[in-house]
Parts: sequence; structure tokens; C-alpha cells
Amino acid sequence: MKLRRKFAVFAIVTICFLLQSTLFQALSFASISPNLLIVAVSSFGFMRGRKEGMWIGFFCGLLLDIFYGSVIGFYALIYSYIGYVNGFFRKMFFPDDIKLPLILIALSDFSCNFMVYVFLFFLRRKFRFNYYLLHIMLPELVYTILVTIILYFIILKINQKLEAIERRSANKFV
Amino acid sequence: MKRKPTKHSIPTRYTLLILTGLCIIVMFVSFTLNLSGGPLNTVAGYVFVPMQKGINTIGTWFLSRADDLKSLRDVMQENRELQAEVDKLTQELSTIKLEQYELDNLRELMELDQKYPSYEKVAAHVIGNDGGNWFSIFLIDKGENDGIEKDMNVIAGSGLVGIVIDTGPNYAKVRSIIDDASNVSGMSLSTADRCIISGNLATMNEQQVIAFTDLKCDDNAVSTGEQMVTSHISDKYLEGILIGYVSSIERDSNNLTYSGTITPAVDFQHLREVLVILDKKNMGDQQEGQETPKNTKQQKTKEKQKKQEGSQ
Repeated sequence: MKLRRKFAVFAIVTICFLLQSTLFQALSFASISPNLLIVAVSSFGFMRGRKEGMWIGFFCGLLLDIFYGSVIGFYALIYSYIGYVNGFFRKMFFPDDIKLPLILIALSDFSCNFMVYVFLFFLRRKFRFNYYLLHIMLPELVYTILVTIILYFIILKINQKLEAIERRSANKFV
Repeated sequence: MKRKPTKHSIPTRYTLLILTGLCIIVMFVSFTLNLSGGPLNTVAGYVFVPMQKGINTIGTWFLSRADDLKSLRDVMQENRELQAEVDKLTQELSTIKLEQYELDNLRELMELDQKYPSYEKVAAHVIGNDGGNWFSIFLIDKGENDGIEKDMNVIAGSGLVGIVIDTGPNYAKVRSIIDDASNVSGMSLSTADRCIISGNLATMNEQQVIAFTDLKCDDNAVSTGEQMVTSHISDKYLEGILIGYVSSIERDSNNLTYSGTITPAVDFQHLREVLVILDKKNMGDQQEGQETPKNTKQQKTKEKQKKQEGSQ
């Protein structure tokens, strides 16, 4: 990965993390806030492939673990798998079509929340899955998708810029 | 990034496997040994906490400007009303001061003043909330550099907010009592009957209350409105900090214990400033002082039990 790209990804992840833990907590509806990091991880996954998706997921998860997790490594594991799995859809991805990104991000957010429920709630004998589904997972899903519509295009534009720059500098060497 | 496999690159699926293994090992280690990030905390703390603080400062500034405009008119009127009240209260205060003086004297005589010592406290700002919607963990802008350690109690106003579960050099992680994984040993103030007060995501979302269970008391000794405070047997929470008020109570099916819900004394929705009590409960300190190679193992099991109480 080029240094410029690394820096850009770091900036995007940082901004998403900061906004998620400060601004969007204040903008929460019925104490539900969107998950911006999953949007970043998922979109880099299907835009850039399995490897980058996995690494970006890993570091996003690690960030969450350090600041808000109870054990180090839990979110890192979930997020790196989400990034990796999203990478499989790179071949089906076309920048102009927003349907696939929306579906993928929605699925990623849902599966992330589902994992959290299974490992951190179900295993502590909190069996009211319907309640958590209706009051936590689905509201977060809807809110995240609303935010995605804006955030996805920002990430897409940045990625296209970076790819253009990289292609130009690659041509220079040829 | 071009997918051009060179001689030295490892296939992605093996990297994923390695990462998986690494994560699982780290999870296991940090869970069993009760370790936190260590150097990771330091690095992340210095990179992200200043930015979070900045965003919060800007946000608070905007909020306060908006509030200013809105409330200026109200304040003018309120000011006049309050002035009248101040006069009235000053009079009352002087009477009460006399009584207080008398009370202090009597307390001294009975050597009661050590029962409710005034703890040393540090004020801190809340700078970030848990990114997800499952838990209620937040960050404050004071850390090891300000003398904050793990297991210190956090209060706001007069009520208990939570407990410090991890620290970095310039930040600390606090698990609030409404967090789904939080358990506090509490007791009713008037009858000193003990119970377990556990945070609950579902009831907190529905009615802004948390649950208590296993309250053993005489028939109808505890009723709604009763104050619940931290109990004397808890080994992490200092005794006598207000948790909240009983909002509903029911007899369990075993006919021996009661359970119900508590309305927390602190408004967790609008938590901006908290106080961290720098005194820790004595039990932990004594054990740390006595640490010798001989009883290290014993201590480890003790710590494990403690951790389970705190984080389950």
C-alpha cells in the first residue's frame, strides 16, 4: 500500500471513529446511533478487495477494543472478517450502482450486531432476541443506511481520486 | 493495490488465519490475566484523546451558545425570583449553621465522623461514548497522569455513575451502572437489606430504570421510593453512595426475596462532567501491601473473583 493511501485511510477511519463516539452520540435517535466504522470497513472491502478490507477491519476493530471493549481482540476479529468477506464482492462492484453497496453494508452491520448479541448477550443468558432485534439492531441498521448514502459517496470519491493518482504515477514508470 | 502475487507475499487467507489466531490468543490472555492494552493504550490515548477533546469542546461551545440565546429571557425573570429566595434562605442558613455546629460537636463526641469521610475527588469531562448501542461505556479526560487507577468509583452530583475499568495516560474508561454487564452490590438505606443491582439494556431503553434482584427483607419493609445505596460488603464500591430510588418491587416466586426496578439518581443521557473518587475501598490496598511471592497465587484467584463480580 502506498504511503498516500495509508494516510488517507487512516484519516477516514479516524474521522469516522471520532464522529461516531462524539457527534453521532449527541445526534442519536432514541439512544441509537449509527455505526460509521462498519461503513468504512465494508466499503473498503468491496472497493479494494479482501486483503485491504481485512487489514482496515482489523485496525478499526482494534481501535474500538482499546477504547470501548472489555477484551482486546473481540471487535478486531469480527471487523477483519467483515472486511475480508466484503472483499469477495469486488468483482461484482460497479461505482455507479448503489444497490450492492447498500445491501452489503446493511448485511455487514446486521451480522456485526448479531455477533455482538450472540457472544456478549446470549451467552450471558439474555434470551430476548426479538426485543434486541427490534430495538437495537434494526434501528441501528436503518440509521446506518441513512448515513451510508452520504458517507459512501465521500469514501468512493476519495478512493477514485487515489486510484487515479496511483495509475498516473504507475504510468510514469512505464 | 495490484493483485500481483510475488514470491514473498503470503496468500490473504493465511493472513486471515494468522490474524484470527492472534485475536483469539489476545482475547484469551486479556480475559484470563485481566490485562489491558498496555502500550497500545498509551499510543492510542495520545493520538485520539486530544482530537476527541477538541470535538467535544467545539460541540459544547455551540450547545452553550444556543442555550444562551434561548435562556436569556428566562434567566432574567428567574434572577428576580431567585434574589427573593436568596434573602429568605440566608436567614434560614444562619439558623441551620448554628444547628450544624451543634451536630458536629455531638458527632465528634460519638466519633461518628469517620463513618462518612469526605473523599478526595477529581473532576473530569466525558469526552466520548461507546460507539455502539449495546453497552454504556464512556471515556473521561483524566487518566493515570492525574492519579486515576482502575476500580475507582465515579459519581456525578450525589449519585453513583460507575467504575473505572481501564486507564491510559490521559484517559480512563468508565463502565456505568446502567451498562448491561455491570453488577453492584447495593442495600436499602433505611433497613440495610442487601441486593444485587444490575444494569439492563432492555429496561433502561423502555423505562429508564435498572433492575435489582435478591433483596432479602421483611414483609413490605422496602417500598417504592426507598433509597438504594452501595452496600458495605462490596469490595470495589465505597459504602453509602446513592444509586437510585426503587420504582417498583415484587416478591419473587420463592417467597423469600424481592426484585424490582430502580430509577438511577444520575441523568445518564446528559452526563458531561463526573467526579472520580481517588480513595479506593480498603480491602484492595491491604492486599497489595502484603504481596509476597508466597501468596501471589491466592491473590490472583481473589482478583479473578473480583473481576467476575465487576464485569459479569
